[in-house]
Amino acid sequence: MDKSKRRAYIINTIAIIALYIIFFVLIQTQTMNKYFIGIAILTCIMIIMAMSLNIVAGFLGQMALGHAGFMAIGAYSSASFSIALFNSGTELPNIVVLILAMAVGGTIAGIFGILIGTPTLRLRGDYLGIVTIGFSEIIRIFFVNFQPTGGAAGLKGITKLVNFNNVYWITIIVIILIFTLGRSKQGRAIISIREDEIASESAGIPTTRYKVLGFSMAAFFAGIGGALYAHYQAFLEPSKFGFMFSIEMFVIVVLGGLGSLTGSIISAIVLTILPEMLRGFAEYRLLVYSLVLIIMMIFRPQGIFGRSEFSLTTAIDALILRKNTKNTVDGGES
Amino acid sequence: MNLFLQQVINGLNVGSIYALIAIGYTMVYGIIKLINFAHGEIMMFGAYFAFIAATSFQMPVWAVLLLSMTIMAIIGVAIEFVAYRPLRNAPRLSALITAIGVSLFLQNLALIIFKPEPKVMPKIFPEMIIKIGSIEISSTTLITIGLSLVFMVLLDLYIRKTKQGRAMRAVSEDKDAAILMGVNVNRTISLTFALGSALGALGGVLYSVAYIQVYPTMGVMPGLKAFIAAVLGGIGIVPGAMLGGFIIGMVETLTKAYLSTTWADAIVFGILIIVLLFKPTGILGKNTREKV
Amino acid sequence: MKKRVVSVLLVGMLVASIFTFAGCSSTGSSNDVIKLGFIGPTTGDAAIYGSSAEAGAMLAAEEINAAGGIDGKDVEIIAYDTKADQTEAVNAYNRLRDQDGVIAVIGGTLSGETLAMKDIMVSDNMPVLSPTATAVEVTQDAPNIFRACFLDDYQGAAAANFSADTLGAKTAALLVGAGNPYSEGVSKAFETAFVAKGGSIVGTESYGTTDKDFSAQLTKIKEMNPAVVFVPDYVQTVGPILQKAKEMGITAKFVGADGWDGVQVEYADAAQGNYFTNHYAADSPSQTVQDFITAYTTKYDKVPNSFAALGYDAVYTMVSAIKTAGSTEAESIITALAATEHAGVTGNLKFNENGDPKDKEVTIIKIDGGELKYEATVVN
Repeated sequence: MDKSKRRAYIINTIAIIALYIIFFVLIQTQTMNKYFIGIAILTCIMIIMAMSLNIVAGFLGQMALGHAGFMAIGAYSSASFSIALFNSGTELPNIVVLILAMAVGGTIAGIFGILIGTPTLRLRGDYLGIVTIGFSEIIRIFFVNFQPTGGAAGLKGITKLVNFNNVYWITIIVIILIFTLGRSKQGRAIISIREDEIASESAGIPTTRYKVLGFSMAAFFAGIGGALYAHYQAFLEPSKFGFMFSIEMFVIVVLGGLGSLTGSIISAIVLTILPEMLRGFAEYRLLVYSLVLIIMMIFRPQGIFGRSEFSLTTAIDALILRKNTKNTVDGGES
Repeated sequence: MNLFLQQVINGLNVGSIYALIAIGYTMVYGIIKLINFAHGEIMMFGAYFAFIAATSFQMPVWAVLLLSMTIMAIIGVAIEFVAYRPLRNAPRLSALITAIGVSLFLQNLALIIFKPEPKVMPKIFPEMIIKIGSIEISSTTLITIGLSLVFMVLLDLYIRKTKQGRAMRAVSEDKDAAILMGVNVNRTISLTFALGSALGALGGVLYSVAYIQVYPTMGVMPGLKAFIAAVLGGIGIVPGAMLGGFIIGMVETLTKAYLSTTWADAIVFGILIIVLLFKPTGILGKNTREKV
Repeated sequence: MKKRVVSVLLVGMLVASIFTFAGCSSTGSSNDVIKLGFIGPTTGDAAIYGSSAEAGAMLAAEEINAAGGIDGKDVEIIAYDTKADQTEAVNAYNRLRDQDGVIAVIGGTLSGETLAMKDIMVSDNMPVLSPTATAVEVTQDAPNIFRACFLDDYQGAAAANFSADTLGAKTAALLVGAGNPYSEGVSKAFETAFVAKGGSIVGTESYGTTDKDFSAQLTKIKEMNPAVVFVPDYVQTVGPILQKAKEMGITAKFVGADGWDGVQVEYADAAQGNYFTNHYAADSPSQTVQDFITAYTTKYDKVPNSFAALGYDAVYTMVSAIKTAGSTEAESIITALAATEHAGVTGNLKFNENGDPKDKEVTIIKIDGGELKYEATVVN
């Protein structure tokens, strides 16, 4: 491990812990009330959703508009699992139940990712977009008609297991995992498909297998996001996972910058908090929201960060040490 | 058998409206490769203008249609100019997000201006029931199907026979080559938006007459269905959109009639997925091999 | 470079505004205002329900304040939109409680959003009166949650009894909004009660929540030729169904539930001669009803529907409980609410041990010449 890398690890670790301590103090002193905690939890869930979608949309460069479907699968399967577990009278600590539920939700969503991804990923661009919308709508309609999970009236009686403490650390772990994935051999293979599918195929990369891998990884993390969502809301309604919700997540990813994970994080934070900020505007709220969206896209079509990553070390260098630093490889403008 | 024919006519009725709206999606896509998410909202505003013209100003039918189509053509061009033109050379997905933004904006603007309560569209077409054998068809249904067909044929002729139509085809085929050939690309794109939006408005008026209501979110579902229709037929291809529209309308109605109403939308999507898996560019789409 | 500056500015502004908003919205609680929260969808597909109930609630608050408020304190209603989305509903409720410091909540308007908020509401012990959430579970095991509307089975049974006894119908068809718990719940109750009366259900057709094309279903119902078609849904769905049915020449009587209220305005012709169950009759001699209709029509320039009437009554009932409690403390409001009896527009509202309305009368309304006419009263 070279010196600069170690420095980056240390700085990021300090930042993560510092952020946690700030939240911890704010919550303990009740400066941050339940309303803000609720939004913070949702923000964490949306970060997971946006980052997982970025694997398909950003790394793989595919237009996937059905992320809400995978989230629904994760949410419903994990919730059914935890309900069954509690009903069977098994005594486990809450955090263990949550982790098991997440594993169930993530795995099932991941399996569906493989099942849906294998036939559809040979479609391109907008055709893939509409097919993913289609699958996600079919999933939603399934839950509307599936009585064991409450049908249209919704699934009740889920135990609330998510709180700010556990969701914060789970989000950090997911962020680290997705970052690692992006830099791994598989991640690089996936990115090479985005850059030029034919070239990477001739370079010996089994493109179909890596496409499906990326797609099912995204579905897996979406399932985890869904599991967290289910155990935060303690109630699931199929109408939540409609096509507009998929679009909302896609907007977050594009606004943050396709392929930029830090962009997704920042954008998820901004776009989850923005509608809450605008709550006072009553019926003008969504009007303002959509205007912001249009203006941001016109002035920054490549998203907040483009394809580059925000780096704390670079930022610190630039701010404090005033070193002349150059951003990461692709330099932002694409 | 009569029941079946009746349902087929119901299907044609919905299908013709989907086809009209789908044409707008497909024309815009063909020329700038953008899924114009705001098209459903253009349809909705078209219906509102028709509603105002028919109720507040008591205009005759032809004036209602003309007014609504003209206003929406202008608004369509304006949307392209303000929201899409600055992004023409940006990544395609950014333009898509802008389109989503425009769609949300128009929908909520309508909510504020017109309030959420659905307005009842007056019967602007002469009302009677026509009996053919034992099948009953309302005049509104016949007029809806007839008007859609007339406009589709006109559009097809326009695209194939006129100079501007040729320009449109040229731009959608190869924009740079079209510029070199002296085609005014900006004007051609504006013209495409004007035509697409006018047909969308017509679709909106017919939809609101058939289902008698006008309300701010009315564009969402028909918009999505028409989009599916456009993709099913092969997006970018005008006859494909028409074909797709009729197929979706028919499948939807017959599914509701003979299989299941709750699963109707799922079946429509299922058919779309199956078709695309076997014919990845839609029914009338050209299969282009990608070369290095 | 210029674009970069603009975007950095934009992001900066957003981040800054997040903090300023968060900071200034936590208003200090002033002592001369009593704050109530209202929760319902005012944008999106279900906007019409939330905005009607909100309009009714706002009207009630205005009248109460004009009459001196609660012991001289004004009632302020803070209303938040939910987009009919469960997450939004929970956020809205948390905000009402933490940022705005409301002492009681009128809402949610839809069953789904109310169920999403239920657990937190119960653990907060917040006094809640939902004007219109009909799902049975809303008030179960929730001593602090009450509702002003009928339960689904209550009016479904009333409509079935009326159809069988008064209309003398032997056959009925159901036209149900699949995916709409209200429509499903009421029609299930209708079916049970109608069969118990010796009638037979000749067919059940359904449509999706976003459907606007009912021709396929109505074509089939026409073939079944039932005496009564039961369509429990809201005006904006029922209107087009009735219109289409009339165009198709279906002669059966259509019967519906309280969602029909307001159908006489735009769909008078199509609805002519049909019946629905409601909470009140617009031509009732009751002064409360007449005053409400006049005041609502004057203020909003439109005729109230059942959502507006229930929102209106919910605020009055809540305020009367707060007055009785003589305090703004949750536990005493809940105790007072449980014992409250309020003679409102939608009848005499008092609660049973679940927090559901007790012995509420169901009024049968006939649509006649663009007017709602009182037809009969049914107590199950």
